[in-house]
Amino acid sequence: MESFSLILAIVVVTALAFDFTNGFHDTANAMATTISTGALKPKVAVAMSAVLNLVGAFLSVEVANTISKGLVDEAGIRPEVIFAALVGAILWNLLTWLVGLPSSSSHALMGGLIGATVASAGFGAVHGDVLVTKVLIPAIAAPLVAGLAAMLATRLTYRMGKKANGKAAEKGYRAGQIASAGLVSLAHGTNDAQKTMGIITLALVAGGTLAPDSDPPMWVILSAGIAIALGTYLGGWRIIRTMGKGLTDLQPQQGFAAQTSAATVILASSHLGFSLSTTHSVSGSVMGAGLGRKGGVVRWSTATRMFVAWGLTLPAAALVAALAEWVCGFGSWGTAVVAVFLVSSSAAIWKISRREVVDHTNVNDHDVPGEEPSGVVTQAMAAVSPPPAGAVTEEFATIPAPADTAPPAKTTV
Amino acid sequence: MKIDWAALGSVFGVSLVVTVALVALFTLGISGLSRRERAAAQGQSAALAVTGAYACFAACAAAVAYGIYLIMA
Repeated sequence: MESFSLILAIVVVTALAFDFTNGFHDTANAMATTISTGALKPKVAVAMSAVLNLVGAFLSVEVANTISKGLVDEAGIRPEVIFAALVGAILWNLLTWLVGLPSSSSHALMGGLIGATVASAGFGAVHGDVLVTKVLIPAIAAPLVAGLAAMLATRLTYRMGKKANGKAAEKGYRAGQIASAGLVSLAHGTNDAQKTMGIITLALVAGGTLAPDSDPPMWVILSAGIAIALGTYLGGWRIIRTMGKGLTDLQPQQGFAAQTSAATVILASSHLGFSLSTTHSVSGSVMGAGLGRKGGVVRWSTATRMFVAWGLTLPAAALVAALAEWVCGFGSWGTAVVAVFLVSSSAAIWKISRREVVDHTNVNDHDVPGEEPSGVVTQAMAAVSPPPAGAVTEEFATIPAPADTAPPAKTTV
Repeated sequence: MKIDWAALGSVFGVSLVVTVALVALFTLGISGLSRRERAAAQGQSAALAVTGAYACFAACAAAVAYGIYLIMA
């Protein structure tokens, strides 16, 4: 840890901050269905998820840094570039949390890395084909795979379980949901905490503190694990509400089918070499479970807003990161400006979120779908998403958002 | 650009089969336990249903254990 420069320290702290936002952004993936069906009390659910995330961070020694490897040229990457990338990713995570939309933290991080790299080294440094195969195709495939599996599983469990009722069935579905949610938490801890470890290690290598190809040092593993667990425990209640109640109404059978499908898809994809986003898989499986029950409905307006957010994630994070990198380019004071900007806009977003508090006490209150995005949420959403419906559908059809829809995000954050 | 359709296809297939199979097994297990509940209410026993139910749950537990093994590997 000798010769630990200031910029390196800033990068490490920012990376841990990203890890933290990642934790609370993705609590919903593991626990939204368990909370909304009442299988676990909200506080118990997030505590369990936090512990499993922490355990997950220590389970695997193989660093899953697909993010730092392959997508951009590693040679010539400087700590400032990583810092700018993290700024973009954190701000996008906070903004989507504010409007309560689940979006992929990994996409935000990749977008940030791409934007910062382009601003520092030009478009040539980004591998466009890797972008398509690792980002775009999975973003479309994950909800389809998970959704279809969850839909069939839901149909089946309702058909087979006609005679399953009473206390035994209730307890059974509860246990099943908890088990599959636990698996998702564990897998999340392993994957996402490792991403932060990869980023910090990359920064340490780039800053010359670590020799190239080193394993992450113990303090990196420990702090990344703790940061993601703390974030998870804090609970992204807004996103949990959208995922558990906003997309559809879940009964225990559906929650079980959805969570099992999500856990299976996540594990299968990461071990068959076609990595799919946890967020996309879980959202897809929740919608699939909604469609699988007779009389079940999926609120497509909420789903559409979520899809738009997915499409915007990468370009928006990239844009913010590119701007941050550009400002950092002015030297130390530029970096300081970006750091101050990051802290103040995070504070502002938190301040706005206090106008309408969502926490463990009201996470399941969601009755009228149309009214759920009240004041704050609609305003903020209006600022992030391209204005009228026409633009939205076009956005939905072509996932790579045109650059001209992204600038509003820049002005708000 | 090379899209790994084979990997994507196998993810699709494996996820579908495993999810449906697991949920089916689990539902069978739950049905078995409910049958015991009903039988007990009438003062009968449902040994076969209960044995079947525990076999189903054991299979599900094995799947979860395999999942944890995959995460650690």
